[in-house]
Amino acid sequence: MRGDPAGMRVLQPRTIEEALDAFARRPSAVPLAGGTDFMVAWNAGGENGRVILDLSAITSWKRVRVSGRGLRIGALTTHWQLQHEASVKKHLPLLAEACATIGGRQIQTRGTLGGNIANASPAGDTFPPLAVYDAKVRLRSASGRRTLPFIEVFEGVKKTSLGAGELIESIDVDAPRKPTRQLFRKVGTRAASAISKTVAAGLLWTRPDGAIRELRFALGSMAPTVKRLRAVEAFVAGKKPTGEVVEEAAALLEEDVSPIDDFRSTRFYRLEVSRNLLRAFLK
Amino acid sequence: MKLPVSIAVNGSATSSEVEPRLLLVHYLRDVLGLTGTNVGCDTSQCGSCTVLIDGEAVKSCTVLAVQADGSDITTIEGLAQDGELHPIQQAFWDNHGLQCGFCTPGMILTATEILKKNPRADEHEVRHGLEGNICRCTGYENIVKSIVAAQSAKPAKKRASKKGAA
Ligand SMILES: Cc1cc2nc3c(=O)[nH]c(=O)nc-3n(C[C@H](O)[C@H](O)[C@H](O)COP(=O)(O)OP(=O)(O)OC[C@H]3O[C@@H](n4cnc5c(N)ncnc54)[C@H](O)[C@@H]3O)c2cc1C
Ligand code: FES
Ligand code: FES
Repeated sequence: MRGDPAGMRVLQPRTIEEALDAFARRPSAVPLAGGTDFMVAWNAGGENGRVILDLSAITSWKRVRVSGRGLRIGALTTHWQLQHEASVKKHLPLLAEACATIGGRQIQTRGTLGGNIANASPAGDTFPPLAVYDAKVRLRSASGRRTLPFIEVFEGVKKTSLGAGELIESIDVDAPRKPTRQLFRKVGTRAASAISKTVAAGLLWTRPDGAIRELRFALGSMAPTVKRLRAVEAFVAGKKPTGEVVEEAAALLEEDVSPIDDFRSTRFYRLEVSRNLLRAFLK
Repeated sequence: MKLPVSIAVNGSATSSEVEPRLLLVHYLRDVLGLTGTNVGCDTSQCGSCTVLIDGEAVKSCTVLAVQADGSDITTIEGLAQDGELHPIQQAFWDNHGLQCGFCTPGMILTATEILKKNPRADEHEVRHGLEGNICRCTGYENIVKSIVAAQSAKPAKKRASKKGAA
């Protein structure tokens, strides 16, 4: 058994209100959702003495609600639920696909979307899809709610802009109009334990004459946080994807992301792979 | 401070007062004495600690016992019925699906869940489903073979047991 028996406390709120109150009183507590990130760190002895706020009983945050054109995904919805949920498969297929690549099935049955976001790893695989879907993240604390654009949740590696006592309540996404083409690609090593070297999501709408109406493209694992390729997106809008245009777009990619050399991969490899993914997607 | 938990394990109600830091796998092994569930890594990598919680495959080394309060758990000890091996256990036996056996309980529980969700899973789907389980002995060939064989064996087994009952 790990941990200090006297030091470890688990708070088990039965309702959302109880959870928010307990978190307001103890802002240093760690919310525990599926535990697939936190419990690994805890087992390694790195989190001894932390007070844990166990969210297991908050079942109303464990489902997807559809209203009008929008999906409201409860923060405690698991990757397993998301890849099988009909509304997600229909309207947000890139998210369903991303969830199906996370860990093995035992990780997918426990790991949650809220936990993936709050953990803020540069390699969060759901991030590029959520970025191209222009998701919003709804935060809730004892003193109220606020909503952030998805990308603004991240401040750096493992750093979010969540305030003291704030929990992620839901991820809200409007179903986009049907794209002409879409892409989710995760480039890694062993699937179940792979931390992505590069992960990409793209949505593309074209005009009848073949010109690009709109491109949305996001890359993860390349920079400390997920990046939308704003310069590339603006450059290709209204243009036909000729060889020249595609090459210029690929060259612009470096302006949008500054990939890192780390233990998983190199800057050179990541840039090369991302350019190839972008080229193939545009052509 | 200890917390009360009530967990149904293999169809029997169990309850105890546990330290909050107690992992589910240690509740099964040390409190209940069900040592068939193994701990290979305790970092959620190897899958040898896989059990079913409310029918879903989960790595019990990274779940707190208190998080499993009120749930229904199946371990390897719960699969055989009336002294007869579960068809997947029998298939592992018949197809040499194990060598040292350490990964086997986790493999078999993951396999029961794969076949329950998709009774006609082909070799590719079985391999994909086992991504979270590591075996250091077999090279996986015979594990996959066993699981594929188990599903085709199932109807045959039903017929056999009907005959037996008649
Ligand atoms: C073997 C293995 C393979 C993995 N593979 C992948 C992979 O391929 N891709 C990938 O992206 N990830 C992967 N992961 C990481 C992990 O599974 C995911 O990030 C998962 O989504 C985390 O969710 P959780 O509910 O388990 O989070 P937890 O571990 O419960 O929590 C993670 C963090 O988020 C905080 N938190 C959780 N819920 C909330 C909330 N509602 N509000 C505020 N804060 C909250 C917690 O306090 C904690 O700091 C893997 C993990 C393992 C062990
Ligand atoms: S012991 Fe749980 S995954 Fe290895
Ligand atoms: S049989 Fe030895 S680890 Fe799988």
